[in-house]
Amino acid sequence: MTVLLPIPPLVPIPPIAVPGEVRRMVRLTYLTALTTLLGYVVFFVFGFLRDLFRELLNWSKSDDLRGYAPICPPFEDFYTRRIYHRIQDCFARPIASAPDAWIDVVERYSNDNNKTLHRTSTASRCLNLGSYNYLGFAAGDEYCTPRVIESLKKYAPTACSARADAGTTRLHVELEDLIARFVGKPAAITFGMGYVTNSSIIPVLVGEGGLIISDSFNHNSIVSGARASGATVHVFRHNSPSHLEEVLREQIVKGRQPGTHRPWRKILVIVEGIYSMEGEFCKLPEIVAICKKYKAYIYLDEAHSIGAVGKSGRGVCELLGVDPADIDIMMGTFTKSFGSCGGYIAASEEIIRYLKHACPAHLYATSMSPAAVQQVISAIKVVLGEDGSNRGAKKLAQIREGSNYFRSELKKMGFVVLGDNDSPVMAIMLYNLAKLPAFSRACLRQNVAVVTVGYPATPVLLARARICISASHTREDLIKGLKVISEVGGLVGAKCLPAEPEKAKKMD
Amino acid sequence: MASAVMNMTTAALDWVSVAFDAPLARAVVFGVHIDGHLVVEVLLIAVILFQLTRKSYKPPKKPLTEKEIDDLCEEWVPEPLHPSISEDMKAEPPTLESAAGPHTIIDGKEVVNFASANYLGLIGNEKIIDSCVSSLEKYGVGSCGPRGFYGTIDVHLDCEERIAKFMGTPDSILYSYGISTIFSVIPAFCKKGDIIVADEGVHWGVQNGLHLSRSTIVYFKHNDMKSLENTLEKLTRGNKQAEKIRRYIVVEAVYQNSGQIAPLDEIIQLKEKYHFRVILDESHSFGVLGNSGRGLAEYYGVPVEKIDIITAGMGNALATDGGFCTGSVRVVDHQRLSSSGYVFSASLPPYLASAAISAVNYLEGNPSVLTSLRSNIALLCKGEFCDKLHNAFAGLSDVPGLTIASHPLSPIVFLKLKKSTGSSKGDLELLNNIADRMLKEDSVFIVSTKRSVLDKCRLPVGIRLFVSAGHSESDIQKVSDSLRRVAATTLAEHL
Repeated sequence: MTVLLPIPPLVPIPPIAVPGEVRRMVRLTYLTALTTLLGYVVFFVFGFLRDLFRELLNWSKSDDLRGYAPICPPFEDFYTRRIYHRIQDCFARPIASAPDAWIDVVERYSNDNNKTLHRTSTASRCLNLGSYNYLGFAAGDEYCTPRVIESLKKYAPTACSARADAGTTRLHVELEDLIARFVGKPAAITFGMGYVTNSSIIPVLVGEGGLIISDSFNHNSIVSGARASGATVHVFRHNSPSHLEEVLREQIVKGRQPGTHRPWRKILVIVEGIYSMEGEFCKLPEIVAICKKYKAYIYLDEAHSIGAVGKSGRGVCELLGVDPADIDIMMGTFTKSFGSCGGYIAASEEIIRYLKHACPAHLYATSMSPAAVQQVISAIKVVLGEDGSNRGAKKLAQIREGSNYFRSELKKMGFVVLGDNDSPVMAIMLYNLAKLPAFSRACLRQNVAVVTVGYPATPVLLARARICISASHTREDLIKGLKVISEVGGLVGAKCLPAEPEKAKKMD
Repeated sequence: MASAVMNMTTAALDWVSVAFDAPLARAVVFGVHIDGHLVVEVLLIAVILFQLTRKSYKPPKKPLTEKEIDDLCEEWVPEPLHPSISEDMKAEPPTLESAAGPHTIIDGKEVVNFASANYLGLIGNEKIIDSCVSSLEKYGVGSCGPRGFYGTIDVHLDCEERIAKFMGTPDSILYSYGISTIFSVIPAFCKKGDIIVADEGVHWGVQNGLHLSRSTIVYFKHNDMKSLENTLEKLTRGNKQAEKIRRYIVVEAVYQNSGQIAPLDEIIQLKEKYHFRVILDESHSFGVLGNSGRGLAEYYGVPVEKIDIITAGMGNALATDGGFCTGSVRVVDHQRLSSSGYVFSASLPPYLASAAISAVNYLEGNPSVLTSLRSNIALLCKGEFCDKLHNAFAGLSDVPGLTIASHPLSPIVFLKLKKSTGSSKGDLELLNNIADRMLKEDSVFIVSTKRSVLDKCRLPVGIRLFVSAGHSESDIQKVSDSLRRVAATTLAEHL
């Protein structure tokens, strides 16, 4: 009788290739790519050996799950067990305060080499460069908080019912009118969660026989909605209007099926306002022109840009000079700039009426909590200046100046920084997987909390640290952040470009 | 005459044979005699070779010119994004002007509210509101980030521990929205190639999760254990491969679409016999069924470890928002990196997590609220004989034209038409009519089934009454009287 050696199944290799223009944008040199890849190979080899030993040691142990396939096959969570668990302390850090400019990060310890982490009762006060708190509404606000508490006492935390049943209160109706007015569209509909907004609206708008063309860097909620719709999905190169035009021309001519040339029912192009991992804006004017020419509908996801960019905070359309009437569907979330939760869709009256009739999230899901609704209403009123003060304009100016200052200083230090001017999100390229925990832990030791991201949220070779500037960061906060990042960045070797000489860096 | 013809024929034949057989004296090529038939054969071969060397005829395929592509693009006309708006699409739900408790205010009038799933009557509870207010003052409203990036606030971790302790499971994970819980959990565990057996009456959230998982889905008849057994038998009989792939049964504890309760003990027996795993959605049974509200497992006396994955939305009995999933440590840990609704979405607002903790504390401290809920449901469905006034209060058991289709213990009392109009659109029209009239004339707020165009469920539509522990006897009497009166007149011509 032969004894089969237990060999764990091969690990799925993640896609390594980086398209040409992305490589140029992130300044990826061959040396960096090779060393990063080598790092991954070392991790994989060690992980593979460890898995092999584990199989051998567990060979004799009894199996409770006889007859059942394992609920998580070993190769599916290989990455989790062998790579992510080593650096687990850099992610999911609990905080014990509001996600404001300064937060109390709870300290954690581990007894089993980072496999499980336990909370302690001590917390360290850190500068928060990671939360999406663009306009500073995360902590209590003098205008918003009293009104929110009043609404909470009046309407209770929830209505326990869907919008179509008993979940519509006066506040929801007011919010829909207000957000439609703010964004510049005739009507709007709101939902309790941004993710559900995308995944349940896209299937209602486009069904089988339709075509969805989405940007290659789109968010997971859009991908999930596109898959759930049953339509054919094509991807165009990130932020490339010329490639979008190519794909459109090819698809309209080809039709639904290669032989029959049946025409597509409708085409929906989905783009985002700010891409959250890169911090750059979408090339909206060109894309809108192309969509108009080929009669495709355009869906703009402004999750990160609504309230944070534009002269009066109305988002990417205002910033880039696009008329909101040219965009068919405008989607956004209230989580980032307005310090609340939920999402909205703004479009023409008929589309909104149809969505209210047909969208599953409106008919089945619990309606948005009235206190959260009131927070958004008050926040929008502050931004518009309707609360009687100019705090809104001040916040917008502060976030714009703060993010531009931070980005230019980082570039002067020699970091490779992604992100357009005026965008509150920027990314510092680290490339190498080992630099992620080094950067994150070193910054935390100096009381700066940053977010580091690697695969699978970003491509394999392009790990980065992402910074989100808030209107509640003062100039001193930003200077301290810069000092710490400069020191830590030098230590881990993230300053890939030549720095500008000292005299040009004089801060006023 | 005949002989002359014969002579001519013979002469002709002779001539032909002579001509044919005569050796061609001149055709001696290179010392080889060439016979006549060889010439014909050589000619034939030459013709065949000639044809073979000709190119086959294909209609010329030149690529479309830019102008032609432009023309095609000009000609193409897309369908509009929305179909034409019909009258029934214009209906708006009523707007509430106060909290959605057992009594609420609509259009300035106070109405009895049977449309909110406020099973334990926790809407308006002082302790919960106080904990929310203190949470709001400390943490603000939103959490401003996903769980992986500083969106994990200590109340989230406390809430997860509290729920796990209450349910008796090792760990639990919190989601930020009720409906996204189930459609994120299912794709995290079921991939292409796995087998899922699901009830045909599951709600849209579950259907979406099943669709996103890309596994093989087989539906069985609604709440029919025989049908489930047959399906499981068919899938596993003689199927050696079945051992290596993951297999799941997906059911709801209390079905939103019909008010039926899944017989968990039988399902567990079948699961153990055929080696399937169970995913149970307890959105409407958590905090309702069982002696202490721990859900379906407690009600049937099944140890909770036997159910592999339990999910629930907290927007019903716990009167807060969000959802949770609980199970073994492996199950919960896996979701922290592979569940899309958890990883790619902002976390639950902290004040709602505090509300959840307070609600669970309340439920654990006051199990009597479950007895009031149960007696309210029984009162509504069956009624009782009221001695003092010598009036028989029959509840909903004899409403003309409508019959109770839900389980006697279900907090969703589901009434469907005794005789359907033939289409669900027609049924809904009648039912919406009843609901509108009850609101306008008797100030009683009830709702009918809502069906989205994306919903694949084909169960009959009906009226849903959400019973709460906060309803008083007079509320229940009012709703049953009103329903009886309005149904009698509205359905009179239909019956």
